Amino acid sequence: MVSDGAALTREAVLTALEAVKDPEIPTVSVVDLGLIYEVRVNGDEVEVDFAPTFVGCPALHVMEREIVERIQALGARRVQVRRVYRPPWTADRMNERARQALRELGIAPPRPVPAEITLAVFERLPCPFCGSTDTRMENLFGPTSCRALFYCNACQQPFEAFKPL
Amino acid sequence: MASPFPKPNETVALPDPLREAVGELLLAMADDEVLLGHRDSEWVGHAPILEADIAMASIAQDEIGHAVLWYSLLQELGWPDPDRMAYFRDPPEFRNATLVELPKGDWAFTIVRQFLFDFAEKVRLEALMASAWAPLAEAAAKVRREETYHLMHSRAWVLRLGDATEESHRRMQAALEQAWPHALGLFEPTPGESLRVAEGIQPPEAELRARWEAEVRPILEAASLRVPEAEPVYGGRHGRHTEHLDALLADFQMVARSGLGETW
Repeated sequence: MVSDGAALTREAVLTALEAVKDPEIPTVSVVDLGLIYEVRVNGDEVEVDFAPTFVGCPALHVMEREIVERIQALGARRVQVRRVYRPPWTADRMNERARQALRELGIAPPRPVPAEITLAVFERLPCPFCGSTDTRMENLFGPTSCRALFYCNACQQPFEAFKPL
Repeated sequence: MASPFPKPNETVALPDPLREAVGELLLAMADDEVLLGHRDSEWVGHAPILEADIAMASIAQDEIGHAVLWYSLLQELGWPDPDRMAYFRDPPEFRNATLVELPKGDWAFTIVRQFLFDFAEKVRLEALMASAWAPLAEAAAKVRREETYHLMHSRAWVLRLGDATEESHRRMQAALEQAWPHALGLFEPTPGESLRVAEGIQPPEAELRARWEAEVRPILEAASLRVPEAEPVYGGRHGRHTEHLDALLADFQMVARSGLGETW
Protein backbone atom coordinates (compact mmCIF):
# COMPACT_ATOMS: atom_id res chain seq x y z
CA MET A 1 0.00 0.00 0.00
CA VAL A 2 1.58 3.29 -1.04
CA SER A 3 0.28 6.73 -0.15
CA ASP A 4 0.53 9.94 -2.15
CA GLY A 5 4.29 9.92 -1.83
CA ALA A 6 4.49 12.29 1.12
CA ALA A 7 7.76 11.89 2.95
CA LEU A 8 7.86 9.05 5.44
CA THR A 9 9.10 10.99 8.45
CA ARG A 10 9.06 10.50 12.19
CA GLU A 11 6.55 13.36 12.49
CA ALA A 12 4.28 11.87 9.83
CA VAL A 13 4.34 8.54 11.64
CA LEU A 14 3.50 10.13 15.00
CA THR A 15 0.61 12.03 13.42
CA ALA A 16 -0.71 8.83 11.85
CA LEU A 17 -0.47 7.02 15.18
CA GLU A 18 -2.85 9.53 16.76
CA ALA A 19 -5.55 7.55 14.96
CA VAL A 20 -4.61 4.35 16.83
CA LYS A 21 -6.84 4.09 19.88
CA ASP A 22 -6.86 1.80 22.85
CA PRO A 23 -9.84 -0.44 21.98
CA GLU A 24 -10.84 -0.53 25.64
CA ILE A 25 -10.71 3.28 25.90
CA PRO A 26 -11.75 4.11 22.35
CA THR A 27 -11.29 7.88 22.43
CA VAL A 28 -7.68 7.88 23.64
CA SER A 29 -4.76 7.38 21.27
CA VAL A 30 -1.58 5.44 21.91
CA VAL A 31 0.34 8.69 21.44
CA ASP A 32 -1.69 10.57 24.07
CA LEU A 33 -1.36 7.64 26.49
CA GLY A 34 2.43 7.94 26.13
CA LEU A 35 2.84 4.38 24.88
CA ILE A 36 5.02 5.34 21.91
CA TYR A 37 8.56 5.72 23.23
CA GLU A 38 10.40 6.19 19.95
CA VAL A 39 9.93 6.07 16.21
CA ARG A 40 12.92 5.42 13.94
CA VAL A 41 12.60 5.90 10.20
CA ASN A 42 15.22 4.61 7.80
CA GLY A 43 14.20 4.99 4.16
CA ASP A 44 11.00 2.97 3.82
CA GLU A 45 11.55 1.01 7.03
CA VAL A 46 10.08 2.04 10.36
CA GLU A 47 10.65 0.78 13.85
CA VAL A 48 8.41 1.74 16.76
CA ASP A 49 9.21 1.29 20.46
CA PHE A 50 5.90 0.53 22.15
CA ALA A 51 5.48 0.30 25.93
CA PRO A 52 2.61 -1.73 27.42
CA THR A 53 0.56 -0.26 30.26
CA PHE A 54 -0.17 -3.62 31.89
CA VAL A 55 1.82 -6.54 30.45
CA GLY A 56 -1.25 -8.79 30.39
CA CYS A 57 -3.46 -6.27 28.59
CA PRO A 58 -5.32 -8.19 25.86
CA ALA A 59 -5.57 -5.04 23.74
CA LEU A 60 -1.81 -4.90 23.10
CA HIS A 61 -1.98 -7.09 20.00
CA VAL A 62 -4.84 -5.08 18.57
CA MET A 63 -2.94 -1.82 19.03
CA GLU A 64 0.28 -3.26 17.62
CA ARG A 65 -1.50 -4.55 14.54
CA GLU A 66 -3.12 -1.20 13.92
CA ILE A 67 0.19 0.63 14.41
CA VAL A 68 1.68 -1.51 11.63
CA GLU A 69 -1.29 -0.92 9.32
CA ARG A 70 -1.30 2.86 9.82
CA ILE A 71 2.42 3.11 9.08
CA GLN A 72 2.18 0.84 6.05
CA ALA A 73 -0.53 3.15 4.75
CA LEU A 74 2.10 5.93 4.77
CA GLY A 75 4.14 3.87 2.33
CA ALA A 76 6.48 2.02 4.65
CA ARG A 77 7.65 -1.31 3.29
CA ARG A 78 8.73 -2.82 6.58
CA VAL A 79 7.35 -1.95 10.01
CA GLN A 80 8.49 -3.45 13.26
CA VAL A 81 6.85 -2.80 16.63
CA ARG A 82 9.10 -3.63 19.58
CA ARG A 83 7.76 -3.93 23.10
CA VAL A 84 9.93 -2.03 25.53
CA TYR A 85 9.95 -2.07 29.32
CA ARG A 86 12.68 0.45 30.06
CA PRO A 87 11.80 2.77 31.58
CA PRO A 88 8.55 1.15 32.73
CA TRP A 89 5.47 3.00 31.50
CA THR A 90 3.80 5.06 34.19
CA ALA A 91 0.55 6.98 34.14
CA ASP A 92 2.57 10.20 34.30
CA ARG A 93 3.25 9.71 30.58
CA MET A 94 -0.39 10.46 29.69
CA ASN A 95 -0.93 13.93 28.31
CA GLU A 96 -3.73 16.34 29.21
CA ARG A 97 -5.72 15.36 26.14
CA ALA A 98 -5.77 11.74 27.33
CA ARG A 99 -6.80 12.82 30.82
CA GLN A 100 -9.65 14.91 29.50
CA ALA A 101 -10.84 12.10 27.22
CA LEU A 102 -10.82 9.70 30.19
CA ARG A 103 -12.96 12.09 32.25
CA GLU A 104 -15.45 12.34 29.41
CA LEU A 105 -15.75 8.54 29.43
CA GLY A 106 -16.43 8.56 33.17
CA ILE A 107 -12.95 7.35 34.08
CA ALA A 108 -11.00 9.39 36.62
CA PRO A 109 -7.46 10.00 35.35
CA PRO A 110 -4.61 9.05 37.68
CA ARG A 111 -2.87 11.51 39.95
CA PRO A 112 0.90 11.99 39.72
CA VAL A 113 2.36 8.59 40.48
CA PRO A 114 4.36 8.33 43.72
CA ALA A 115 7.54 6.27 43.91
CA GLU A 116 5.70 3.67 45.95
CA ILE A 117 2.03 3.15 45.16
CA THR A 118 -0.17 2.80 48.26
CA LEU A 119 -3.90 3.00 48.86
CA ALA A 120 -3.41 6.71 49.55
CA VAL A 121 -3.41 7.33 45.78
CA PHE A 122 -7.11 6.47 45.78
CA GLU A 123 -8.22 8.68 48.65
CA ARG A 124 -10.62 11.53 47.78
CA LEU A 125 -10.12 10.95 44.06
CA PRO A 126 -12.22 13.55 42.19
CA CYS A 127 -15.37 12.15 40.59
CA PRO A 128 -15.16 12.46 36.77
CA PHE A 129 -18.87 13.38 36.62
CA CYS A 130 -19.34 16.03 39.31
CA GLY A 131 -15.81 16.75 40.51
CA SER A 132 -16.61 16.00 44.15
CA THR A 133 -13.85 14.43 46.23
CA ASP A 134 -16.39 12.73 48.49
CA THR A 135 -15.65 9.39 46.83
CA ARG A 136 -14.60 5.91 47.85
CA MET A 137 -12.75 3.04 46.24
CA GLU A 138 -14.95 -0.05 45.92
CA ASN A 139 -12.62 -2.49 44.18
CA LEU A 140 -8.93 -2.34 43.26
CA PHE A 141 -9.85 -4.37 40.18
CA GLY A 142 -12.26 -3.47 37.42
CA PRO A 143 -13.33 -4.31 33.90
CA THR A 144 -9.76 -4.07 32.60
CA SER A 145 -6.34 -4.46 34.24
CA CYS A 146 -5.79 -0.72 34.24
CA ARG A 147 -9.05 0.32 35.91
CA ALA A 148 -10.43 0.26 39.48
CA LEU A 149 -14.02 0.77 40.66
CA PHE A 150 -15.21 3.77 42.70
CA TYR A 151 -18.39 5.37 44.01
CA CYS A 152 -19.19 9.05 44.34
CA ASN A 153 -21.16 9.86 47.51
CA ALA A 154 -22.06 13.32 46.17
CA CYS A 155 -23.69 12.46 42.85
CA GLN A 156 -24.29 8.81 43.76
CA GLN A 157 -22.71 7.50 40.61
CA PRO A 158 -20.32 4.58 40.33
CA PHE A 159 -17.25 5.44 38.28
CA GLU A 160 -13.94 3.97 37.24
CA ALA A 161 -10.41 5.24 37.72
CA PHE A 162 -7.29 4.58 35.72
CA LYS A 163 -4.84 2.91 38.09
CA PRO A 164 -1.54 4.64 38.76
CA LEU A 165 1.32 2.45 37.61
CA MET B 1 18.34 -8.90 6.00
CA ALA B 2 19.91 -7.33 9.07
CA SER B 3 18.03 -4.43 10.59
CA PRO B 4 19.67 -1.07 9.92
CA PHE B 5 18.47 0.24 13.26
CA PRO B 6 20.38 0.56 16.49
CA LYS B 7 18.95 -1.71 19.18
CA PRO B 8 18.96 0.16 22.48
CA ASN B 9 17.31 -2.65 24.44
CA GLU B 10 18.56 -5.54 22.38
CA THR B 11 18.76 -8.84 24.18
CA VAL B 12 22.30 -9.39 25.30
CA ALA B 13 23.30 -12.79 24.03
CA LEU B 14 24.22 -15.23 26.75
CA PRO B 15 26.91 -17.86 26.21
CA ASP B 16 26.28 -21.44 27.25
CA PRO B 17 26.11 -22.74 29.92
CA LEU B 18 24.79 -19.44 31.34
CA ARG B 19 22.07 -19.34 28.67
CA GLU B 20 20.71 -22.66 29.88
CA ALA B 21 21.00 -21.63 33.53
CA VAL B 22 19.01 -18.43 32.94
CA GLY B 23 16.51 -20.45 30.92
CA GLU B 24 15.89 -22.70 33.95
CA LEU B 25 15.04 -19.67 36.06
CA LEU B 26 12.73 -18.17 33.43
CA LEU B 27 11.01 -21.49 32.92
CA ALA B 28 10.27 -21.82 36.64
CA MET B 29 8.87 -18.27 36.75
CA ALA B 30 6.79 -18.65 33.59
CA ASP B 31 5.35 -22.04 34.55
CA ASP B 32 4.43 -20.77 38.03
CA GLU B 33 2.55 -17.81 36.59
CA VAL B 34 0.71 -19.55 33.77
CA LEU B 35 -0.62 -22.28 36.06
CA LEU B 36 -1.56 -19.98 38.92
CA GLY B 37 -3.31 -17.75 36.38
CA HIS B 38 -5.28 -20.76 35.23
CA ARG B 39 -6.22 -21.72 38.80
CA ASP B 40 -7.30 -18.13 39.51
CA SER B 41 -9.44 -18.12 36.38
CA GLU B 42 -11.38 -21.10 37.77
CA TRP B 43 -13.05 -18.65 40.17
CA VAL B 44 -14.59 -16.57 37.40
CA GLY B 45 -18.30 -16.90 37.89
CA HIS B 46 -17.92 -18.65 41.25
CA ALA B 47 -16.27 -16.25 43.70
CA PRO B 48 -18.05 -15.49 47.00
CA ILE B 49 -18.91 -11.92 46.03
CA LEU B 50 -19.01 -10.14 42.69
CA GLU B 51 -16.13 -7.83 43.63
CA ALA B 52 -13.94 -10.86 44.33
CA ASP B 53 -14.96 -12.44 41.06
CA ILE B 54 -13.80 -9.37 39.13
CA ALA B 55 -10.57 -9.28 41.12
CA MET B 56 -9.75 -12.92 40.41
CA ALA B 57 -10.43 -12.46 36.70
CA SER B 58 -8.11 -9.47 36.61
CA ILE B 59 -5.39 -11.19 38.64
CA ALA B 60 -5.60 -14.29 36.43
CA GLN B 61 -5.15 -12.12 33.35
CA ASP B 62 -2.16 -10.35 34.88
CA GLU B 63 -0.46 -13.62 35.87
CA ILE B 64 -0.92 -15.13 32.42
CA GLY B 65 0.38 -11.91 30.86
CA HIS B 66 3.48 -12.14 33.03
CA ALA B 67 3.93 -15.76 31.99
CA VAL B 68 3.89 -14.68 28.34
CA LEU B 69 6.58 -12.11 29.11
CA TRP B 70 8.85 -14.72 30.74
CA TYR B 71 8.18 -17.22 27.93
CA SER B 72 9.03 -14.47 25.41
CA LEU B 73 12.39 -13.93 27.06
CA LEU B 74 12.92 -17.70 26.89
CA GLN B 75 12.12 -17.60 23.21
CA GLU B 76 14.83 -14.98 22.73
CA LEU B 77 17.22 -17.42 24.38
CA GLY B 78 16.31 -20.14 21.90
CA TRP B 79 13.30 -21.91 23.41
CA PRO B 80 10.09 -22.51 21.40
CA ASP B 81 7.40 -19.83 21.23
CA PRO B 82 5.13 -19.08 24.24
CA ASP B 83 2.12 -21.00 22.92
CA ARG B 84 4.16 -24.12 22.33
CA MET B 85 5.68 -23.83 25.79
CA ALA B 86 2.32 -23.43 27.51
CA TYR B 87 0.19 -25.87 25.54
CA PHE B 88 2.44 -28.58 24.16
CA ARG B 89 4.55 -29.75 27.05
CA ASP B 90 3.70 -32.66 29.34
CA PRO B 91 3.76 -32.59 33.17
CA PRO B 92 7.39 -33.76 33.62
CA GLU B 93 8.53 -30.85 31.44
CA PHE B 94 6.91 -28.24 33.68
CA ARG B 95 9.16 -26.55 36.24
CA ASN B 96 6.50 -24.88 38.40
CA ALA B 97 6.47 -25.30 42.16
CA THR B 98 3.71 -27.70 43.25
CA LEU B 99 2.00 -24.83 45.12
CA VAL B 100 0.41 -23.48 41.94
CA GLU B 101 -0.89 -26.79 40.60
CA LEU B 102 -2.96 -27.69 43.68
CA PRO B 103 -6.73 -27.45 43.11
CA LYS B 104 -8.29 -24.10 43.87
CA GLY B 105 -9.85 -25.45 47.08
CA ASP B 106 -12.04 -23.16 49.12
CA TRP B 107 -11.80 -19.37 49.15
CA ALA B 108 -9.43 -19.48 52.13
CA PHE B 109 -6.98 -21.73 50.29
CA THR B 110 -7.12 -19.53 47.21
CA ILE B 111 -6.37 -16.42 49.26
CA VAL B 112 -3.58 -18.04 51.29
CA ARG B 113 -1.92 -19.50 48.20
CA GLN B 114 -2.16 -16.19 46.32
CA PHE B 115 -0.76 -14.31 49.31
CA LEU B 116 2.21 -16.65 49.74
CA PHE B 117 2.88 -16.58 45.99
CA ASP B 118 2.51 -12.81 45.58
CA PHE B 119 5.05 -12.08 48.28
CA ALA B 120 7.45 -14.71 46.92
CA GLU B 121 7.15 -13.03 43.54
CA LYS B 122 7.71 -9.64 45.14
CA VAL B 123 11.03 -10.61 46.74
CA ARG B 124 12.15 -12.43 43.58
CA LEU B 125 11.32 -9.50 41.30
CA GLU B 126 12.95 -6.98 43.61
CA ALA B 127 16.11 -9.08 43.55
CA LEU B 128 15.98 -9.54 39.78
CA MET B 129 15.67 -5.78 39.23
CA ALA B 130 19.41 -5.80 40.02
CA SER B 131 20.13 -8.77 37.73
CA ALA B 132 23.24 -8.61 35.60
CA TRP B 133 21.18 -9.66 32.56
CA ALA B 134 19.51 -6.40 31.49
CA PRO B 135 16.42 -7.84 29.73
CA LEU B 136 15.52 -9.71 32.91
CA ALA B 137 16.16 -6.69 35.13
CA GLU B 138 13.95 -4.48 32.92
CA ALA B 139 11.09 -6.96 32.79
CA ALA B 140 11.27 -7.52 36.55
CA ALA B 141 10.97 -3.79 37.19
CA LYS B 142 7.90 -3.62 34.98
CA VAL B 143 6.14 -6.60 36.54
CA ARG B 144 7.01 -5.47 40.08
CA ARG B 145 4.98 -2.29 39.62
CA GLU B 146 1.93 -4.22 38.51
CA GLU B 147 2.23 -6.66 41.38
CA THR B 148 1.62 -3.81 43.81
CA TYR B 149 -2.11 -4.32 43.31
CA HIS B 150 -1.99 -8.06 43.87
CA LEU B 151 -0.05 -7.53 47.09
CA MET B 152 -2.59 -5.01 48.40
CA HIS B 153 -5.42 -7.39 47.56
CA SER B 154 -4.08 -10.62 49.03
CA ARG B 155 -2.68 -8.96 52.14
CA ALA B 156 -6.03 -7.28 52.85
CA TRP B 157 -7.92 -10.57 52.47
CA VAL B 158 -5.51 -12.46 54.74
CA LEU B 159 -5.87 -9.82 57.44
CA ARG B 160 -9.65 -9.77 57.04
CA LEU B 161 -10.25 -13.53 57.11
CA GLY B 162 -7.54 -14.56 59.58
CA ASP B 163 -9.62 -13.71 62.62
CA ALA B 164 -12.99 -12.55 61.30
CA THR B 165 -15.03 -15.50 62.56
CA GLU B 166 -14.31 -18.86 64.07
CA GLU B 167 -15.01 -20.52 60.74
CA SER B 168 -12.88 -18.11 58.70
CA HIS B 169 -9.98 -18.57 61.12
CA ARG B 170 -10.31 -22.36 61.02
CA ARG B 171 -10.38 -22.42 57.23
CA MET B 172 -7.47 -19.98 56.90
CA GLN B 173 -5.35 -21.95 59.36
CA ALA B 174 -6.10 -25.20 57.52
CA ALA B 175 -5.26 -23.53 54.21
CA LEU B 176 -1.95 -22.25 55.59
CA GLU B 177 -1.02 -25.70 56.85
CA GLN B 178 -1.73 -27.18 53.44
CA ALA B 179 -0.08 -24.43 51.38
CA TRP B 180 3.01 -23.60 53.45
CA PRO B 181 5.20 -26.65 52.61
CA HIS B 182 4.38 -26.24 48.93
CA ALA B 183 5.12 -22.51 49.14
CA LEU B 184 8.57 -23.34 50.49
CA GLY B 185 8.96 -25.30 47.25
CA LEU B 186 8.94 -21.97 45.38
CA PHE B 187 12.54 -21.66 46.58
CA GLU B 188 13.65 -25.15 45.61
CA PRO B 189 17.20 -25.04 44.25
CA THR B 190 17.23 -25.45 40.49
CA PRO B 191 19.89 -26.52 38.00
CA GLY B 192 22.33 -23.73 37.27
CA GLU B 193 21.63 -21.79 40.46
CA SER B 194 25.26 -21.56 41.53
CA LEU B 195 26.23 -20.31 38.07
CA ARG B 196 23.42 -17.73 38.08
CA VAL B 197 24.49 -16.52 41.49
CA ALA B 198 28.15 -16.35 40.46
CA GLU B 199 27.23 -14.34 37.35
CA GLY B 200 25.03 -11.88 39.23
CA ILE B 201 21.79 -13.05 37.63
CA GLN B 202 20.06 -13.71 40.96
CA PRO B 203 20.78 -14.09 44.68
CA PRO B 204 20.66 -17.62 46.16
CA GLU B 205 17.19 -19.13 46.54
CA ALA B 206 17.86 -19.59 50.28
CA GLU B 207 18.34 -15.85 50.59
CA LEU B 208 15.09 -15.15 48.73
CA ARG B 209 13.28 -17.54 51.04
CA ALA B 210 14.64 -15.74 54.10
CA ARG B 211 13.50 -12.36 52.72
CA TRP B 212 10.08 -13.83 51.92
CA GLU B 213 9.62 -15.28 55.40
CA ALA B 214 10.56 -11.91 56.88
CA GLU B 215 7.69 -10.36 54.87
CA VAL B 216 4.94 -12.93 55.26
CA ARG B 217 5.39 -14.08 58.87
CA PRO B 218 4.48 -10.72 60.50
CA ILE B 219 1.35 -10.42 58.34
CA LEU B 220 0.25 -13.98 59.11
CA GLU B 221 0.87 -13.31 62.79
CA ALA B 222 -1.20 -10.12 62.62
CA ALA B 223 -3.96 -12.23 61.08
CA SER B 224 -3.78 -14.61 64.09
CA LEU B 225 -2.47 -17.42 61.92
CA ARG B 226 0.23 -19.84 63.03
CA VAL B 227 2.94 -20.85 60.56
CA PRO B 228 3.36 -24.62 60.69
CA GLU B 229 6.66 -26.37 61.25
CA ALA B 230 7.04 -28.24 58.00
CA GLU B 231 9.61 -29.48 55.55
CA PRO B 232 9.42 -28.04 52.02
CA VAL B 233 7.70 -30.02 49.29
CA TYR B 234 10.35 -30.13 46.58
CA GLY B 235 10.29 -31.75 43.16
CA GLY B 236 8.25 -29.34 41.06
CA ARG B 237 11.31 -27.45 39.84
CA HIS B 238 12.70 -30.79 38.62
CA GLY B 239 9.52 -31.94 36.89
CA ARG B 240 8.16 -34.12 39.69
CA HIS B 241 4.59 -33.06 40.27
CA THR B 242 1.41 -34.04 42.09
CA GLU B 243 -1.38 -35.81 40.22
CA HIS B 244 -3.22 -32.48 40.14
CA LEU B 245 -1.00 -31.17 37.35
CA ASP B 246 -2.22 -33.89 34.99
CA ALA B 247 -5.83 -32.86 35.48
CA LEU B 248 -4.98 -29.17 35.21
CA LEU B 249 -3.09 -29.58 31.94
CA ALA B 250 -5.76 -31.85 30.47
CA ASP B 251 -8.18 -28.97 30.89
CA PHE B 252 -5.82 -26.09 30.13
CA GLN B 253 -4.27 -27.63 26.99
CA MET B 254 -7.34 -29.33 25.55
CA VAL B 255 -8.35 -26.75 22.95
CA ALA B 256 -4.82 -26.03 21.74
CA ARG B 257 -4.15 -29.76 21.35
CA SER B 258 -7.40 -30.59 19.60
CA GLY B 259 -5.48 -30.39 16.32
CA LEU B 260 -7.95 -28.20 14.54
CA GLY B 261 -5.35 -25.54 13.79
CA GLU B 262 -7.65 -22.72 14.76
CA THR B 263 -6.54 -19.19 14.25
CA TRP B 264 -8.09 -16.31 16.14
